Amino acid sequence: MDLSWMAWTVPTALFFGTIIFLLILMGVWEYAKPGGSPRVGILRFETTRGDRLFLSLLGSAFIHLAWLGLVGPDLWWALGLSLIYAICVFRWV
Amino acid sequence: MSTTSLTSGMRTTRGANFKWLVPTLYIIFLLLPIYWLVNMSFKTNQEILSTFSLFPEAPTLANYAVILTDPSWYNGYINSMIYVVLNTVITILVALPAAYAFSRYRFLGDKHLFFWLLTNRMAPPAVFALPFFQLYSAFGLIDTHIAVALAHCLFNVPLAVWILEGFMSGVPKEIDETAYIDGYSFPRFFVKIFMPLTASGIGVAAFFCFMFSWVELLLARTLTVTDAKPITATMTRTVSASGLDWGVLAAAGVLTIIPGALVIYFVRNYIAKGFALGRV
Amino acid sequence: MEKTFNNKAWFLVLPVFFLVAISAIIPLMTVVNYSVQDTFGNNQFFWAGTEWFREVLHSSRFYDALLKNLAFSAIILLIQIPLGISIALTMPKKGIWVPVCLVLMALPLLIPWNVVGTIWQVFGRADIGLLGYTLANLGIDYNYANNAVDAWITIIVMDVWHWTSLVVLLSYAGLVSIPEAYYQAARIDGASRWKVFRYIQLPKMNRVLLIAVLLRFMDSFMVYTEPFVLTGGGPGNSTTFLSIDLVKMAIGQFDLGPAAAMSIIYFLIVLLVSWAFYTVMTNYDADAPEKGVQD
Repeated sequence: MDLSWMAWTVPTALFFGTIIFLLILMGVWEYAKPGGSPRVGILRFETTRGDRLFLSLLGSAFIHLAWLGLVGPDLWWALGLSLIYAICVFRWV
Repeated sequence: MSTTSLTSGMRTTRGANFKWLVPTLYIIFLLLPIYWLVNMSFKTNQEILSTFSLFPEAPTLANYAVILTDPSWYNGYINSMIYVVLNTVITILVALPAAYAFSRYRFLGDKHLFFWLLTNRMAPPAVFALPFFQLYSAFGLIDTHIAVALAHCLFNVPLAVWILEGFMSGVPKEIDETAYIDGYSFPRFFVKIFMPLTASGIGVAAFFCFMFSWVELLLARTLTVTDAKPITATMTRTVSASGLDWGVLAAAGVLTIIPGALVIYFVRNYIAKGFALGRV
Repeated sequence: MEKTFNNKAWFLVLPVFFLVAISAIIPLMTVVNYSVQDTFGNNQFFWAGTEWFREVLHSSRFYDALLKNLAFSAIILLIQIPLGISIALTMPKKGIWVPVCLVLMALPLLIPWNVVGTIWQVFGRADIGLLGYTLANLGIDYNYANNAVDAWITIIVMDVWHWTSLVVLLSYAGLVSIPEAYYQAARIDGASRWKVFRYIQLPKMNRVLLIAVLLRFMDSFMVYTEPFVLTGGGPGNSTTFLSIDLVKMAIGQFDLGPAAAMSIIYFLIVLLVSWAFYTVMTNYDADAPEKGVQD
């Protein structure tokens, strides 16, 4: 089957590989410690590990977009910012 | 659902007599544009363009005759019907067990899976139009009915799971347990006992699949060329042609409304609960 | 209902999972791949990095379309939700008029979206349409093909015509589930009409209204077919919504890169808003313990 229309590149493959790896990691974590450690954080409603991962990823996407739109094309800073943001989400949300 | 009367409790002394006015005006507002389309479909193109009248002066069936005798028109209806039915069958078959799982069990990642399914109902089809075209080209499925049926599964499957889950959650779990104790296997229990109990839910879910597949244009138009071209696409291509025949266009439009009207009539008693996705 | 924990339930979900994964994940991956590359056709791609994202994020065309979408969704919700509730409140609750009302009201929902566009296109024309003809004879200058304000009004009225019934049917479903005893209690207490609405009917409609807001927001935010058929995005660019612009770019001009970048931004916004609505909805369900045990 011809898959050239999907136009894979190394960076995008790495990107999706990371996300799939994160999902598998969450699956294993959930399997080892079921329940998802729900708690009520600063958003005032109950979140589980999975919710926190989703919020981290979605938030990171918007951080990257904001960086591109407001600052410039150098995304390493945005990546760093996203990591800090993700840590905060897992710590306090 | 409770069938007790509410009118006696809600009636206030003043204004009650005029309450029927609001829904009546609303229904008139809904029906006027449809009436105008029906009216036009019985006129000749000549009459539409030359005189303005509330009723056809010389009612004619010529416009309908054009559609029912010209294969490029009536094949559109046949194509639409084929992929809509295919889509409904596929959707219900895969959604039934999944909805049962969501309504009865907790499992690894269930809530996130459910949300992910729903995001596909909410994703704009415009985002998917082009990659779908590429994907189905790679499989050589462009211009086939199954391609459109599968593409419409993207938003119909999540919706069907959502509706069925709502209806199934209303069936007490004791019924399952009793059946298992009585020695029913899961497939036999599901088909013989559970499906009849949720028949109204299945009907409503099928109705919604039919509805959203029938009304969709963008994906159906992108994935077809001639052999599986739906009636909706046939109509838009006529709009852009010069020398537009309004009468035929109106007749084609009226004929697309009829299947929907028939389907609504059959589910009329469940329609309100169905629109609430079984959650009332 | 207490659910049991059983990972075997995954087997029941697998068919849905694979079907939707093929239809959703592969195209999504493809869109991401396109968004960072340039192409001149024939499946030949060149690395472009974040160029397209920067282009979209700095183009006034994108913000214009986004603003139009948000304005449209806001107007639609502000009109349709109150209108739908008031119609549901005044609808008969039993008798032969109930099925008549329900069937007639559901009719616009079952009309193919491009036919909805065609119906209003004809209806609003001054030469052959009832609405346009009547307005012209009343001396009102109305032309949806030339005047941006008229085009917007037509599209909004068309959407109200098309979708208000969804809100009506949802609210109605919520209303008929209220037991008669609630009203009797209210009558004994001498509650006013407004209090009955505020403290009995509205709370009972809350959950279905959330579904209505969610569905109406999503569908109005991805509106494509009806305005496309009615005005084709015109006059000028006045009714070019995100979806219309996107399809024009991707399929009309075959600008895959910018179209893909725009798709991703569009999708992320939709994802954020649906997550917010969904969270509110599920938390509301969790706070309402009577779910599934009423009747």
